[in-house]
Amino acid sequence: MSKRIDVSDLDIYYGDFLAVKGVNMAIEPRSVTALIGPSGCGKSTFLRTLNRMHEVIPKARVEGKAVMDGVDIYGRDVDPVEVRRQIGMVFQRPNPFPTMSIKENVLAGVKLNNKRLSRSDADALVERSLRGANLWNEVKDRLDKPGSGLSGGQQQRLCIARAIAVSPQVLLMDEPCSALDPISTLAIEDLIAELKADYTIVIVTHNMQQASRVSDRTGFFNLEATGKPGQLVEMDDTTTMFSAPSQKQTEDYISGRFG
Amino acid sequence: MSTDVRPDPVDAVAPEPLSDHTKHPGRFGNRLFSGISLASGILILATLVAVAAFLLREALPAITSSTQDIADFTRGLSLGQYIAPLVFGTVLAAIIALVIAVPLSIAIALFIAHYAPKRLAGPVAYAIDLLAAIPSVVYGLWGFYWLVPLVGPFFDWVSTTFSFIPLLADYAPPAKNITSAAVVLAVMVLPIVTAVSREVFLQTPRLHIEASLALGATRWEVARMAILPFGRSGVISASMLGLGRALGETMAVLMILAPFAKGSSFFSWHILQSAQHQTIAANIAQQIREAHGLSVSVLIASGLALFAITLVVNMIARWIVSRRAAFSGAN
Amino acid sequence: MAVQTQSPTGPTPTPTDAAPSFATTASGRRRKRTNTIMAVVVTVAFLIALIPLISLLVEVVVRGGKMISWDFLTTDMAGVFGDMTTGGVEHAILGTLQITALATLISAPIGLLAAIYLVEYGTGRLAKTLTFFVDVMTGIPSIVAGLFAVALFALLVGPAYRSGLMAAVALSVLMIPVVVRSCEEMLRLVPNELREAAYALGVPKWLTIIKVVLRTSLAGIVTSIVLAIARVIGETAPLLLTVGIVTTVNTNMLDGRVATLPVFAYSQYAQDSQGVGADRAWGAALVLIVMIMLLNLVARFISRRFSIAEK
Repeated sequence: MSKRIDVSDLDIYYGDFLAVKGVNMAIEPRSVTALIGPSGCGKSTFLRTLNRMHEVIPKARVEGKAVMDGVDIYGRDVDPVEVRRQIGMVFQRPNPFPTMSIKENVLAGVKLNNKRLSRSDADALVERSLRGANLWNEVKDRLDKPGSGLSGGQQQRLCIARAIAVSPQVLLMDEPCSALDPISTLAIEDLIAELKADYTIVIVTHNMQQASRVSDRTGFFNLEATGKPGQLVEMDDTTTMFSAPSQKQTEDYISGRFG
Repeated sequence: MSTDVRPDPVDAVAPEPLSDHTKHPGRFGNRLFSGISLASGILILATLVAVAAFLLREALPAITSSTQDIADFTRGLSLGQYIAPLVFGTVLAAIIALVIAVPLSIAIALFIAHYAPKRLAGPVAYAIDLLAAIPSVVYGLWGFYWLVPLVGPFFDWVSTTFSFIPLLADYAPPAKNITSAAVVLAVMVLPIVTAVSREVFLQTPRLHIEASLALGATRWEVARMAILPFGRSGVISASMLGLGRALGETMAVLMILAPFAKGSSFFSWHILQSAQHQTIAANIAQQIREAHGLSVSVLIASGLALFAITLVVNMIARWIVSRRAAFSGAN
Repeated sequence: MAVQTQSPTGPTPTPTDAAPSFATTASGRRRKRTNTIMAVVVTVAFLIALIPLISLLVEVVVRGGKMISWDFLTTDMAGVFGDMTTGGVEHAILGTLQITALATLISAPIGLLAAIYLVEYGTGRLAKTLTFFVDVMTGIPSIVAGLFAVALFALLVGPAYRSGLMAAVALSVLMIPVVVRSCEEMLRLVPNELREAAYALGVPKWLTIIKVVLRTSLAGIVTSIVLAIARVIGETAPLLLTVGIVTTVNTNMLDGRVATLPVFAYSQYAQDSQGVGADRAWGAALVLIVMIMLLNLVARFISRRFSIAEK
């Protein structure tokens, strides 16, 4: 079960500052969409608008539409909390809850929402989620140890397990490998390839090799100049984007000839 | 790897439509929780207002009554005549305390921030902070039983040697005078002045310090050229905070200072003579048990004056601190 | 930079052709001497500050230690008068514990919630105003807090009313700002990433605060509150005004005077500053200081043992 998201004419503001302008984008279900672009171009900001995390920052706001399953997630009757339950997120730096064990971390989405779960259901969910995040074999003997005791790569997979344990429709990843070593990065990339069978995945990355390895479609964000808003320059199948982009600036960026 | 071990989004939890009007998770809890935390914040502001309002309300009978009505308690003085010498004593004691405490505090703060080896700085700061943990009544006991007998001979020597200075003239034992009380006050405000000064000294940009060192400055020159100028406003506000403490301290003064006779109106500069001064706080503590009716009101009026003075001093101190915070944040 | 121009003893800034010499010059010797003198001055300043600390602790331990016995800790002052050397501080210990506990019950929730408001909700003028006045409130003289309670209850109940509750209200005025500032600091230590992680799991803000923010900073918050208790447990002046002193235990916090250690110490001193009263005052002072030191140790233990290691 996974859903498509259609974004149309989305403007993103911090107070009066227009950070990202006029994004139109179709995100396909059961696929990996990568967002690339130089630093500060607004790709992470855009990603955070997809599950309404953007508005956690004071004075941040959004104009335009982002429709999932026929419902605008910025519609008047839509609760941001409900949006976040259905669109999960993995952050740049692994952020397991330091007060919780590995098991409690996986169950965090359920437990923190005051939902009751029988012991056997909880155990099953922990195992399924950790297997889903390719972490089960490494941690099954120390589920009650603190999550912060794991390595960086394991912590990030724990965070992925935590995100998929609440059964989201869509999984957003904000540079999930930028704080990890190459071997952990490879493990996460393998995991992304497996997860796309079930989830719609959107990943922001600085690393173009990573975008080309893991994604089906790629969107390129850029700024016209510093101080100007970022915008989506073009979006296409990843193979097309990396072999024959239609825009000159995309080609420059991908081939490394960039400012 | 097979996909069936993964949480199956279809049957794990039935997805809820996003636009379900009836269900806004946490909306009620959010409102309630943000409401009660906001209410707590407002309650604190209200308490401050209430302190002023209730003191004023209870002081009003004394303020509006004639001198004759309160003459019994004040020995014939008007409210203003009664409170003025107390204000004088309060301010004098606090200023003497600061004259002693501030230079000492700056030196100790420099010692901790700049001179002491790293390993020693922590314990040293802790020892000074310990002074703040000791209850005022214990300071009173210490002042009365340990300090007063000890400083007596010293005061005697100072007074005879410098008898031509009116300020120091005519000491007579025991040393239950305003200077002894102020020494104890100085010890009591020392930790706060030291702590705040220490913090600002530690914030001196490394760049300033290294620039001075690169010019061949000695350790003291670094302190004088980089640390002290940078920390000046911090030291000023620390001193104001200390002043606020010293103005309001009750027990140490109550237990050490022999006050002037009730009903006398003294503005004495003889800081080594006893029975010449009294402070507002100590006077309240001393008189309240025998007071009732209008005389309570007189004491509360004096308390209102103390509240107003300390409020202004503290507001100036905090204002300097907050202005400074904005300033250094911009750098 | 100002540094260069301010240096009165520094070398003249003209380069010379002479071979460089690192030998100490006359002015260099003077600067060196000043430097040494100042190093001695600041060290001596610290040693001077140690005199009151050490002498005070020695006095309390020596003079108070003489008094400490099982009897002293477990009897009250009923029927003790004149030069009788019996009697103890049981009632005062209990009273201090009761009043401080009640003050904590009032102050801890209000202070913590206000800190939560400042860290999690507060923006703009109100939060700034609150921060400013909380700081200002930390400077309210304790006797004024006592007078406030006297004035408040004189209006609410009557001028002759005295009770433990009154004292607890007075102590709360002093305690709340301390709790707010230290809890605020602890809440700000919780990394924002953890809040975001919870939001991204679809956890509402209030549950995020309770289950993630408060849970993560729990050790710090408990430490803050214990230290705030240590700060007010020795307050004397507000108790002198509100509960005075009695000779026996009073467990009713809503009516009647209550004995407390600080006021006990003061009133013994005031009654008989050269005889047994002085001894009892020192004894009570020692008990009080031991209680404060224990609270400080507990706070240190909690923050060491239970705090989450920050990376």
